[in-house]
Amino acid sequence: MLLHDTALIYGRYARQILRSRFALLFGVLMPLLYLLFFGPLLTDLPLGEEGSSWQVLVPGLLLQLGLFGALFAGFMIIVETGQGVVERMRVTPVSRLALLLGRVLRDATVFVFQAVLLVLAALVMGLRAPLAGILIGFAFVALLTVSLASLSYALAMKVRSPQEFGPLVNAVSMPSMLLSGLMLPMSLGPAWLDVLSHFVPFRYLVDAMRDAYTGHYTSVHMLYGVLVAVGMTALSVTVGTRVFRTAGA
Amino acid sequence: MAIISTAGLARTFQTKHGSVEAVRGIDLTVRQGEILGFLGPNGAGKTTTLRMLTTLLKPTGGAATVAGCDLVRDPAGVRRACGYVAQSGGVDGQIGVREELVTQGRLYRLTKARAQQRAEELAAELDLTGLLDRRTAALSGGQRRRLDIAMALTHRPQVLFLDEPTTGLDPGSRADLWALVRRLRDEHGTTVFLTTHYLDEADALSDRLVIVDRGVVAAEGTPTALKLKYGGSVDATLQDTFLAITGRSAAPADTAPVAV
Ligand SMILES: Nc1ncnc2c1ncn2[C@@H]1O[C@H](COP(=O)(O)OP(=O)(O)O)[C@@H](O)[C@H]1O
Ligand SMILES: [Mg+2]
Repeated sequence: MLLHDTALIYGRYARQILRSRFALLFGVLMPLLYLLFFGPLLTDLPLGEEGSSWQVLVPGLLLQLGLFGALFAGFMIIVETGQGVVERMRVTPVSRLALLLGRVLRDATVFVFQAVLLVLAALVMGLRAPLAGILIGFAFVALLTVSLASLSYALAMKVRSPQEFGPLVNAVSMPSMLLSGLMLPMSLGPAWLDVLSHFVPFRYLVDAMRDAYTGHYTSVHMLYGVLVAVGMTALSVTVGTRVFRTAGA
Repeated sequence: MAIISTAGLARTFQTKHGSVEAVRGIDLTVRQGEILGFLGPNGAGKTTTLRMLTTLLKPTGGAATVAGCDLVRDPAGVRRACGYVAQSGGVDGQIGVREELVTQGRLYRLTKARAQQRAEELAAELDLTGLLDRRTAALSGGQRRRLDIAMALTHRPQVLFLDEPTTGLDPGSRADLWALVRRLRDEHGTTVFLTTHYLDEADALSDRLVIVDRGVVAAEGTPTALKLKYGGSVDATLQDTFLAITGRSAAPADTAPVAV
């Protein structure tokens, strides 16, 4: 039943995104601009990491794409709550976990699709990285999306108005992006900044993904990255499902 | 036989500005096949009561059964027995009528073929057949309401909850909707639990009225009995009766069409 229901919800929202192909492509535009106008600036800079500047930049951009996209996913459910769609589904016997999973798996598909486009563009611009590393990177993007989109939906069901939701999400996303070293490695900065960034979970994902892009699949970074990604996903999906079960208070 | 019965059903919301006692204790029973008008001024707790009875919201006090299933212990049983149309409706404007109906059938675990067949049946029954391939945003108010009701009837529920089903409809569509509600009851024996603040509607459509005010039942009975008891005579208007019960009118005068 869970599988049936998840597939059903997934299909509904996948068709929704296909109706707005424009938004789908527009989503890759921002990271693509970074790639075009920011990437070349880094080519000759000493980044203190192994590998080319592209192997440092691309993982960060992919996670940034997932971070922003997924955190704002909740906007959709605010619209749907207003239309009564969420309650209409919640009075049917449909699995509450499926109501969440169908949506976040749709989001993960969209971001992995966008990530593939971005990596293809990066390859053209000069990125060279092992295929296995690139695939591991997509897995990280998918887990990050599932986890953040779950939290975003949960938050959106709680606050209910875009006026409250927008500022809250911005307050979370900007510092997380700056503090996790998505743009430039944190090891370049002063020690206090490096220490501080270890309190931001995304830091571990970026480090792991950069290791994957340079072929270090068994590093300590990779271990921490996997643990953080899986832990975050389990926690967020649990929280999200709880909200779909009890929402309305 | 009582198909719905509640005892002290209550719900308190915790908000930033303190707690709100939306429903303070509702006791009522509804017989099978009855059309019950749940009447009360804005903020009386009608929607909150409906959301509890349809398992959308956990009660903070009291108990209730719907079709023999306890709200808290057997929410799945309650969901099988009831259909619910929220005041806002529940369809996505960008999606087609057929797709919404089929998806709804699948949410009730019908097979794909059966869900498609059920969508056709419901469209025929609710006069939506010519509209199946339209986007729901392209429907008129009355057509939208019929679609919302079709969605709620997918699994042939024993009880249909309608929250202010005619608010915002033109007089012709309101009359159609009344006919539809009567037909559902007459042909399928469906129990209909509807909220409204249109007094004429409550008067014309309901077998029995339950009037709520500030989260409790203020009065109940047939429209005639209520008029006699609170309005002073069977010829009293329901408007005066309502005023006598709650000390307030049911709705701002401009939104309440009075003539039947
Ligand atoms: N989710 C909620 N959180 C806080 N207060 C609520 C919530 N839902 C309803 N209320 C409050 O409960 C009271 C009853 O609301 P409602 O049941 O919608 O009334 P009605 O449908 O009769 O107009 C109102 O004062 C309303 O503001
Ligand atoms: Mg209401």
